[in-house]
Amino acid sequence: MSLARRIIPCLDVDKGRVVKGVNFVEIRDAGDPVEIARRYNEAGADEITFLDITASHESRDTTYETVERMAGEVFIPLTVGGGVRHVGHIRNLLNAGADKVSINTAAVHHPEFVREAAERFGSQCIVVAIDAKRVSGEGETPRYEIFTHGGRNATGLDAVEWAKRMADYGAGEILLTSMDRDGTKSGFDLGLTRAISDAVPVPVIASGGVGNLQHLVDGVLEGGADAVLAASIFHFGEYTIAEAKDYMRDHGIVMR
Amino acid sequence: MQEVAIIDYGMGNLHSVGKAIERVAPEVRVSITDQYERVRAADRVILPGVGAMRDCMAEIRRLGVDDWVREVVEQKPLLGICVGMQALMAASEENEGTEGIGMLPASVRFFGHDLREDGQRLKVPHMGWNQVFQTAAPALWRDIADGTRFYFVHSYYVEAEGNANLAGRCHYGVDLAAAVAAPNLFAVQFHPEKSHDAGLKLLRNFIDWDGSL
Repeated sequence: MSLARRIIPCLDVDKGRVVKGVNFVEIRDAGDPVEIARRYNEAGADEITFLDITASHESRDTTYETVERMAGEVFIPLTVGGGVRHVGHIRNLLNAGADKVSINTAAVHHPEFVREAAERFGSQCIVVAIDAKRVSGEGETPRYEIFTHGGRNATGLDAVEWAKRMADYGAGEILLTSMDRDGTKSGFDLGLTRAISDAVPVPVIASGGVGNLQHLVDGVLEGGADAVLAASIFHFGEYTIAEAKDYMRDHGIVMR
Repeated sequence: MQEVAIIDYGMGNLHSVGKAIERVAPEVRVSITDQYERVRAADRVILPGVGAMRDCMAEIRRLGVDDWVREVVEQKPLLGICVGMQALMAASEENEGTEGIGMLPASVRFFGHDLREDGQRLKVPHMGWNQVFQTAAPALWRDIADGTRFYFVHSYYVEAEGNANLAGRCHYGVDLAAAVAAPNLFAVQFHPEKSHDAGLKLLRNFIDWDGSL
């Protein structure tokens, strides 16, 4: 297949500033999401994801402004998520220049919102973000459930069934985060990634746990992910996007 | 001052297309408009579009954009992007048949729910960076290497096989038209405004195009 797999750096943004900053050589403002996005754009990132982690009412206007500035500088696809609850949020983000909008908690509380959003704006711009945790014990058949609020609140929803339902409702892509692996740098949950990727007809972005370049390769070859998302390994300059692409290419993965 | 009109019929991210043109052609005035007068006054015109072709066509007809497009192509260059390209075709399979503007005879088809390549299932939408092989309209591909990757996101496609207007070919389970061309008309399935340097280059080439093939 000649379609390239994608590498997506993710920026966590709080009140218009990138959380934890980044460690690039010669960056003027390590907290400015626009500056960082511009660097990733130049470095060969295939897309950029922007997660507004505050997403309070006050911060929304800041987000729209940031997205608008970013869209004027970055000529690769831009996904924006965090606190998206209304059709009005989606419209504002798309008008500001986002290409895709990611819906997370609101989909769990009100699944019809995904259907409404996809019908209104088209599946191509609706991403459903799924935060999943393994709930089966050692030696049992693996089972994963959907969690909200950063992995604290269980919903009782089976992750595979939920992903299928979301694709059915019109999600054009699934952003899948393993809450067990997020922040651990021990690699994607490959069982989870494979289960979801095989279950849905739409592309799946694997997220949560990347600590080295082999993890990216495993996410694609073993997990079946169409795209891989990572934050810290790129932000802190451990690896460049180019190094990641070369490594993946060397392992037989088609890259841009 | 040269002016480019981007037709705003309520379907899509026009901001990005406008910003990309401003980036590659600072000397050009960009107007995002739903007014016939602006389209008529412009030197060249862009027809974008995302989402469902049925919804796009409904708005195109409601505003009379189909008539504007026919007039534009008689006089000056038009660039169709994504569903803006599909809308220029005769018809689409979408929603059990949607009639297009009919500038070109090709039809728009669905990838299907079981798209395969070498026994592997392919995800739909076709989303990401895929290679485009140039077949015609060299002025638009100037300084872009054959086989360069552009960013696609779509579930319907214009057939490449037997397409007399084919200008660029892409393969994803099937051969699809990545670009089509006719005098004063160039249209792409991918998003040049999201395709990094190659996409920006193509937009610059469109600004410089005299409309002839």
